[in-house]
Amino acid sequence: MLVSAAEAGLHSASFPVLTALIVVPVIGSLLVALLSDRRPEWVKLTAVVMSVVTAGMSIWLLSAFSAHEGGFQFVSRHDWIGAWGISWHLGVDGISLFLVVLTGILFPLVILGVDPHHDEKRYLAWLLLLEAGVMGSFLSLDLFLFFIFFEIVLVPMYFLIGGWGYDKRVYAATKFFLYTMFGSAFMLVGIIATAALARRDIGYLTFDLVTIAERSSFAASTGRWLFLSFAIAFAVKVPLFPLHTWLPDAHTQAPTGGSVILAGVLLKLGTYGFLRFGLYLFPEAAVWAKPLFLTLATIGVIWGAIAATMQTDLKRLVAYSSVAHLGFIVLGTFAITSQSLTGSVMQMVNHGVSTGALFLMVGMIYERRHTREIAELRGIQKVAPIFAAAFMVVMLSSIGVPGLNGFVGEFLVLIGSFETARWWTVVAATGVILAALYLLWAYQRVFHGEPDEANSAFPEITLREGALVLCFIGLIGFTGIYPKPMLERIEPSVDRLIEHVEKHSDHRAPEHASDHGKEGE
Amino acid sequence: MNSLLAFTGPDIAFTDVLPLLIWLGTACAVLLLGSLVPRWPRGTWAAVTSVSAVAVVVQQLSKWQDIGTEGTGTALAGAVSVDRFAVFGTIIVAVALGLVALVTHDYLTREGNDGPELYALFITAAMGAQIMLSANDLIVLFLGLETLSLSLYVLVASNRRREQSQEAGLKYFVLGGFASAFFLYGIALIYGATGSTNLTSIMEGFAAGIAIERNDALLLVGIGLLLVGLAFKVSAVPFHVWTPDVYEGAPSPVTAFMASAGKVAAFTALLRVLVTALERRVDDWRPVVWILAIVTVFVGSILAVVQTNVKRMLAFSSIAHAGFVLVGVEAAAHAGSNGIASSMTYLLLYTVLVIGSFTVVFVVAGKGDGASSLDDFRGLARRRPFLALGFTVLLLAQAGVPFTGGFVAKFGVIKSAVEADSYVIAVAAMVAAVIGAFLYLRIMVSMWLDDTSGEMTLEVPRLAGLVIALTVVFTLFVGFFPGWLLDAAELIGVHRAAPVG
Repeated sequence: MLVSAAEAGLHSASFPVLTALIVVPVIGSLLVALLSDRRPEWVKLTAVVMSVVTAGMSIWLLSAFSAHEGGFQFVSRHDWIGAWGISWHLGVDGISLFLVVLTGILFPLVILGVDPHHDEKRYLAWLLLLEAGVMGSFLSLDLFLFFIFFEIVLVPMYFLIGGWGYDKRVYAATKFFLYTMFGSAFMLVGIIATAALARRDIGYLTFDLVTIAERSSFAASTGRWLFLSFAIAFAVKVPLFPLHTWLPDAHTQAPTGGSVILAGVLLKLGTYGFLRFGLYLFPEAAVWAKPLFLTLATIGVIWGAIAATMQTDLKRLVAYSSVAHLGFIVLGTFAITSQSLTGSVMQMVNHGVSTGALFLMVGMIYERRHTREIAELRGIQKVAPIFAAAFMVVMLSSIGVPGLNGFVGEFLVLIGSFETARWWTVVAATGVILAALYLLWAYQRVFHGEPDEANSAFPEITLREGALVLCFIGLIGFTGIYPKPMLERIEPSVDRLIEHVEKHSDHRAPEHASDHGKEGE
Repeated sequence: MNSLLAFTGPDIAFTDVLPLLIWLGTACAVLLLGSLVPRWPRGTWAAVTSVSAVAVVVQQLSKWQDIGTEGTGTALAGAVSVDRFAVFGTIIVAVALGLVALVTHDYLTREGNDGPELYALFITAAMGAQIMLSANDLIVLFLGLETLSLSLYVLVASNRRREQSQEAGLKYFVLGGFASAFFLYGIALIYGATGSTNLTSIMEGFAAGIAIERNDALLLVGIGLLLVGLAFKVSAVPFHVWTPDVYEGAPSPVTAFMASAGKVAAFTALLRVLVTALERRVDDWRPVVWILAIVTVFVGSILAVVQTNVKRMLAFSSIAHAGFVLVGVEAAAHAGSNGIASSMTYLLLYTVLVIGSFTVVFVVAGKGDGASSLDDFRGLARRRPFLALGFTVLLLAQAGVPFTGGFVAKFGVIKSAVEADSYVIAVAAMVAAVIGAFLYLRIMVSMWLDDTSGEMTLEVPRLAGLVIALTVVFTLFVGFFPGWLLDAAELIGVHRAAPVG
């Protein structure tokens, strides 16, 4: 794989790697679905191979991606539905690159590391379909294409939660589906209206993101309405306070694999959407809506933290911590400075890794004890010290302790947002302290103390689980200590986005775009 | 206009009414031969009916080409329009007839019946639908409406062993009779106001300013009554109350036909009347359609959610779908919109979806056609995984999930509404679609996520299986490659010019 990296610049256009990133999981899904039930080992093998191939391609993409370039790379474009001006337009830039890689890496880890308890074939088929949908959402540069991937993601996730989840799975799955679809309803009308109105500037009907963003200008009031129609869909997906109530249910009821994917990549569709389709498409409106979204994000940070503190269910606690973390990401997004945006993008990836790992380990606890109630767990550190240590590292990364990945993103968000959204940042910064409070308190209750009878038989981490968690810890440590490769790929795209926003609005980001390279050293 | 004293028959361009002749011939042949020679091999009638449907599709496809070169026109002295709008509608009706005939064969076999009567009635119903959607004269339109309705009344009540079927037939007959009366009275008033029943003549009359000097109230009441009659046929709220009972009581193949061909005929007639004859009165009828559309999508979706019988759920969802088509009709009211194209695309895709869905219901309902409650679908995924998968695709398509024909249909009408600046109606329709999605999720939950305790066997008859497979494949195919269909729909034109003379 890496050998071909040198040729990447020359041949990137010849092999449609981005299309392959979507198509390979789909093929995998179909193969898995069509394989006979009598050969379960083939089913698993197929799923693993297909997801590993996808992961390999996403890592190759990472190595072939040229840093210090802000534009879209590996662009492939084909006409799809001519009558509506819709094309199969894919591309990747610094903002989407790491989300694509994260997606590519998380899926094989979940497939290899977490077993469903029944019906493995259908489970894997849905999972691979989900991967294709998520990849498609991150890679699409066409509004229509983005929408259909954004929507199609609901179907496999619905079946994953509903089919392999816990007691109240059907309720949670339905809530998840309807909430998100409700948001998308507005976005669909918004997308069509955007294309129809942009037609007046462009001269022909197109749903192409780049064309519309670069060549059309909406009147302020129109742009704001359009922006809001998109924003509702993304706010539900993120989820932003007060639209977050589906998340704790979906997370708690989802099977472990589903939770990891949900937290890891699915929520990022919302935050990514704000960047790609909010700021880029409607810069003026996004700047106008800044106070609203900064406020909602800050409330989310505090609310999520307080709610997490009150939870008695460990998985629900992690779910609420997601609400708080995603609040930070939205805060950074709407502060619109180079640092805050870079931090947001980093934090999307970091949250995916650390919260994904947290859900994974909570799943392991459930497997062993068949409960997630914090009150029933005690003294696990005594009987399973390695497990406890691994949990500690993951948890510290989620808190944002320096040296681990969470710190880099959170710090960049806070320092960047302080310039343009001072008071919101001050309030949100207390969320960092609260995060330490609820996570450490939970750790203390679950792992410290003397194990009672039920907990004294808590088995130590197995080799397979250990290997899985080690992958996550590796990512956590690497990004925490050496974030430079990430930063230098994210920054150019972020700066380009800010330039675009400044061109189309009266927003001015503070001028020290070059400083934050030091941050990573 | 020809004087009645010196009556000369109009020139008849037989190729323009060939679908009618094909179906008339088939219906007569089926009935005659069926009664003269009692023992025919099983399946003869279904095969003959399907072949007639295919013949009509082929003939209409060549007609589509001809209209491209020769332009639109009228036939039978201005009574029937010859345009791609009618051709497109006829193709949908023929497709519905062909598919339903196949399912009917399995239906009759399962119920232990045989005979040509049902097929003959389906064919005459298709004829009525074809007359309706090509009629260029209100009286001809009424003839088509009655031909369609009378056939359907009998078809709905055709299961004599099931009380519900007869009850449904009677309900439909009584209410349908009322609707027809409204419609006819509307025609009379419009004739009184404009002096003509010919759509293009009425249009000319408005253009020349003739009608405006006459009594306006007469015209408005006429338009209102006409809309009531057609809204009843498309089951738009508040004229929908018959739909759930009749759809539930009728034999499933008949329900499939009513929900597809019946609606297509009524919607095409509605569109044609509104955009030709009443084009200049758009400000009068547009608000009515606007309200009908919004009320219909919401009431249909909300009432669908609280049902416990799948057939009834689908009946309510068909009301919601009618609301979506009305969104397209409303868009058609605006100059330069492609509301007609999107409505027709919606009707085609919905026809395929609804026939597939009711065929699944037919299969699951079992002998006697009664077991269609939500509980009967429980654990279908374990009993018949492929049937459940097919139904899931159809349901997701009805919910408007991407990569299915249903999404293309929904996107099309919403797009024309937005392009016509009807934002409120577009948003309302999408929100209603979310409510409606809950219904489809409930059925899917029952199929996939409920574990069945008892092992019930379920036979999937071969032809019904074929119909389901065809509809699923078509739905997915259009979901991935909608270009050809949209390009074709763009070419749909309604004949507007006045008859010669």
